[in-house]
This record gives sequence, structure tokens and C-alpha cells, in this order.
Amino acid sequence: MKIIENKTKWFSISAIIIVLGLVLAIINGMNFGIDFTGGSLMEIELHQQIEVAEIREIINQYDTNANISLLGPDRTIVQIRTINDFDSQVRAEIFNQFKEKYDLPENEPLRAEQFGPAIGKEIQNRAFLSMIISAIGMLIYITFRFELRFGLAAIAALLHDILVVVAVYSIFRIPVNSPFVAAMLTILGYSINDTIVVFDRIRENLKTMKKSNFAQVANDSITQTITRSINTSLTTLVTIVALYILGVEQIREFALPLIAGVLSGTYSSIFIAAPVWVMLKEKQNRKFVYKPNHE
Amino acid sequence: MKFKNAIIFLVIIAVVAMAGFTALNGLQIGETTIRPIKEAVNQGLDLKGGVYVVYEAETDATSDELNQIISQTIEVFRRRVDAMGLTEPLVIKEGDNRIRVELPGVENAQEALDMIGRTAQLQFITIDGDVVLTGSNVKKADVTFVQGEANPVVSLEFDSEGTKSFADATAEYIGQPIFIVLDEEIISSPNVKNVIANGQGHISGDFTVESASQLAALIRGGALPVNLKEVQTSTITATLGVNALERSITAATIGFLLVLLFMLVYYRIPGFVANIALTIYILLVLGILVALNATLTLPGIAALILSVGMAVDANVIIFERLKEELRAGKTVRSAIESGFKRATRAILDSNITTLIAGVVLYQFGTGPIRGFAITLIIGILVSMFTAIIITKFLLKLIVGMDFTKNSKLFGA
Repeated sequence: MKIIENKTKWFSISAIIIVLGLVLAIINGMNFGIDFTGGSLMEIELHQQIEVAEIREIINQYDTNANISLLGPDRTIVQIRTINDFDSQVRAEIFNQFKEKYDLPENEPLRAEQFGPAIGKEIQNRAFLSMIISAIGMLIYITFRFELRFGLAAIAALLHDILVVVAVYSIFRIPVNSPFVAAMLTILGYSINDTIVVFDRIRENLKTMKKSNFAQVANDSITQTITRSINTSLTTLVTIVALYILGVEQIREFALPLIAGVLSGTYSSIFIAAPVWVMLKEKQNRKFVYKPNHE
Repeated sequence: MKFKNAIIFLVIIAVVAMAGFTALNGLQIGETTIRPIKEAVNQGLDLKGGVYVVYEAETDATSDELNQIISQTIEVFRRRVDAMGLTEPLVIKEGDNRIRVELPGVENAQEALDMIGRTAQLQFITIDGDVVLTGSNVKKADVTFVQGEANPVVSLEFDSEGTKSFADATAEYIGQPIFIVLDEEIISSPNVKNVIANGQGHISGDFTVESASQLAALIRGGALPVNLKEVQTSTITATLGVNALERSITAATIGFLLVLLFMLVYYRIPGFVANIALTIYILLVLGILVALNATLTLPGIAALILSVGMAVDANVIIFERLKEELRAGKTVRSAIESGFKRATRAILDSNITTLIAGVVLYQFGTGPIRGFAITLIIGILVSMFTAIIITKFLLKLIVGMDFTKNSKLFGA
């Protein structure tokens, strides 16, 4: 297979998706959940479809900028989202207004969440920090077991996968909230795992390599491991797709980026990680050739 | 040899099938009942419904002093939560000055939040504004009915210090009111009729039995040493949670069965072996989660899917190697030996790399990230064990049965 030779094509495909996601993110903004921005969210089952304007009358007493949407199969669940910090007192007040007006049998909302503005930042920072440290840890291990260039290429593939999934979040306007962090973590695990197996084969083939044709070694190694890459992503996808089809709204919002992540992880282990490794390797080789001339 | 191998193999299948059945449906032998895993595993709030709240202490105290305040607050929270009689509540410190309280399966989230977050500073104050005694002087608090009061009252028994100051105060302020103040709100202002020297009193007011017993529980639990701010709350009703879990389980089951089918069709005999190993894998992981009393959350399910993917991957790596060795003309027996040897390195390196990520996330993450990490770590360790040890053992067992030399059945 001529994977390495066509690397410009593969890189371009990824770049298009990532840039599209970024551009849309700049135009529309990301659909940040309240756990990232701080604020409050309530979901109340009204048992009937009510006009948003009617609901707004109640909400306007508390926040005129609140975001109101109708959810559920029959659109009978009202979701109120605001960047204001409604404590449990205010939330109870709002709920009771709905309860009285629409004669609700329940005693509390389906879901109520409130995040102080500092918390969202903190969750992001911590998640970000732990991902960076994980990446460094993995880089050290790969350098120790393989070589630094394998590690760098693996991290490049990982970065690619994360950017692709962020782009998917932006393109499909998936809410960025706590499950976003879990999705990112899953992709981190999957991406590296997928890449290492390809690299393991390259490492093995390097031993029997005759000339220093890194592109050839990479191509051969990919050909030898491609069945495995496809079978593994297929079996992983099956479970996630089942979750996406059968799951509730919250699970679906979570499954979609995972599907993107698994696809991207498989793609990057073949079309990003290996070509990047070859590029790094060839650059290193050139250096070795030129060095004696300089001295 | 052949016969012995076949027997061992059948016994293993029987045991796995039995364990699988138990995990799904539970088992009852005589007095012992084994609950199905679905009921035995702790479900996180996002699956089960309930409420959690993170409080931040509003104080300038630092280091030891702050630690002291936080651990006292946690103590008070624990007593209050225990009084609610919930199963598996969680009260933990988060960061330096925060406390996370999780109450799974709570019926009325709003009421629970009110009850937990109250400062519950109880004071007896004279008309001149002197504090006679506080909640910390109360030894016992209970709900009773007294003559002349239509509503239930909260009866109090003071400690020796409280008894003395109450006796002094009632002597001094006879005929005047003493205010009973809870969180700066006067809840009762009885007139002192005579000196009370026996260290007993009661709070009367507009109580129901329920509200009176709540107040009694609050007083018994003690006052919070600091003002707290709700920085994060989330309540999910049980119905939303139950749907999420039921449907996730259905989806996971269907997904898992499809994976088993794929493995069987694609890899034949090794695929069948992998399916036994994967079933053992799932049972082990869920069993360990139950044994560790871990909590399964949405991110946990993600980690589970990821680790199942990795367990399947390990088998796929082995079988692809096996195929290559068979195509190179090796016998089934030696192909298994060399295939495993070469595959093991790839499996170890890929799993250890992911394991590093898992450990770091566990170290540095909070709440949901930790749940993800712990499930991932368990999953990876068990997956390496089942793929490398169990799959190999079973494959050799089958080869030892010697019923076929057809390497096609081994995927070649």
C-alpha cells in the first residue's frame, strides 16, 4: 500500500475537517454547557406542549436572557439554561411557579444543575492539566520502549484526534459539558493504543530492514496491521453505535463524539502517525548525512 | 489427553455460563443470595438519579486551621446525612476548601439540600441580647408532645455547663421571654415561668412531626463551623436516571453480542475461544467493580466500552499474528506459540501506554474523571490477563483435543 507517498492527501483531509470545525466555532461559537461557563440549568416535565413565549413570561422574572428549549419525544420537557447562578432557593421558586400554573404532579424538576462560574474553569483546567501530564508520561514510555520519534509521532496523532473530535463538537453543535471531558479521555486512550500496535510492527520490521527506506517499512507495517486496525475499530464501534441508537439524549450526546473519536483514532494511526514518523526519521537521516560536511 | 482436555474445556464453558447467568439474574442457594450485577454495582448519580452539591467554605483560614474547619464540617454533614437514612451517601473533601456531598436515590432533592446546607446555629438569647447557651450545649434533642401544646415540640437536654447557665438565666429573667434562635431567625420565644434547674427545655412552635424531627436531627448533628456557599449542584430525578441505565444496558448487551458474533464468524475456533475469554473478562471487571465498591457513572461506562474494545483488540492482534504464522506454513501448535510471543509485546506496550494515561488521570482528576480512570485501569489489567493467559490456555486446550488439523478453522 502506498500510504506514505500520499501523505499530503491524508493530511489535507484531516486539515479540512479541523479547519471547518474551527471556522464554525468562530462563527457560531461552541455550544458550551453550564458546567463549562457556570450558570444554572433546569428541566421540568410539563406533561403538555407549552409555547415558549408562555414559559418565558415566568422565566423573565428571574433572567430575561435565559435560554429556553423544549425536549423529549413529545417536546413536553422544558429546559431552562442561564448563565446566572440560581441557588436552590431560586430554583425551588421557579419550579413552584410551573407546578402551580400547570398543575404538575411532581414535587421537583427532572433535572436541576448549578455551577458557580469558577467551577467550570477549574474542571477545564484540571482535565487539561491531567491530559498534558498523561501525554508527557506516554511520551516518556514510548521513548523508553521505542524511540523519541515514535513518541512524537504518536502524540501528533493524538493531537489530531482531539482536534477532529473538537471539530465534530463544533460542526454538530454538541453541548460541551462534563461528558465532553470523558469523551476526550476515551479518545486519548484509544488513539494511543491504536497507534502503538502499528508502531510495534514498524519496530519489528526495522530490525530486518535492508536499506534505510523508512517509507517502505511503514507501508509494509501498515499493510500487515490493517486488518487488525479495521477489525478492532469495527468491534469498538458496534458497541458505541448501539449506545447511540438506543441511548437516551444524554448518552447520545456522548456516543456521537466517541464514534468520531474511534474513526479518527483508526484513521490517524494509519494516515497520520506513520507518515509523521517517516518525516521525522527522514529529517534525522538528512542531518546525519549533512553533518560531516559541515565539520 | 484428548479426552481430558475436552472435559476441562467443557467444565470451563459450564462454569463461565453459570457465572454469566448469575451475573444477569442473580442466584439463590439455600440462605445465600447473590444479587445480579445490575443491582449489586453502585450506580453513580448520573445513572441512578439523586442530588449532589459542592459547598465552598467562606473563610479566610488557611492550612491547619482550614483543614480543621473542613473536617469538622464534614463530620456535621455526615451526621445530617446519616439522619436521612440513605444508602451509599458520600461526603468528601474536594480541593482545599470544598466539600462534595452526593445523595443517590434521594426522594426530595430540594428538602435534602435545605437540610444539609443549613448552618443550624442554635442559640438561646435573653432580651438583653446575651447568649445563654448554644447548640453545642445540647446533649439530647428529640420530638415529643407536651401538655398545652397542640403541635409537637423539640425536647432538649443540656450538658452540665448548659444546665447551669440556663438555670442562672431563668432565675434572672423570670417573667421575661428567652428567644430561641436558629440561623439568626427566632423560632420560639417562650416566657420564663419558673427557674429551670434540671437542664431540660423544649422548643415549641409551628411544627409538624416531620419538621420537628428534622430540627431535632439538625441540633443533634451540631452547627456548621463556617458559612458555606453552594458552588455546584445537580439533581437528576430517578426516572431520568433509570431510563438512562436500562437503555444503556440494552445497548451494551446488543453491542457485546454483535462483537461475539463477529469474532466467531471471522476467526472461527480462535474466535470462539476469544468469546469465552471476553465473557470471563466482562464478568471479572464487573465483579471487581462490585468488590471494590466502585461507583459506575456515565464516564465509567465509556471506560468500560474502551476497555472492552482493548480486550477485543488484544485477541484480534493475537489471531492476526496466528494467521500470519499459519500462512507462513507453521503447524497450528507452533503457530500459537510464536504468534502469542510476538503479539504479547504489542499488547503490553499499547496497554501499558494507556495504563499510564489511566494512572495520571486518577492522580490528578476529580469526581467523574477518577471514575473513568479507575474503570479503565481495572479494565486494562484484566484485559491483559484474559487475552494473554486465558485465551492462550484455552487455545492450547483445544489444540490438545486434536480433533482437527485444518488450519482454516484457525483463521488461516
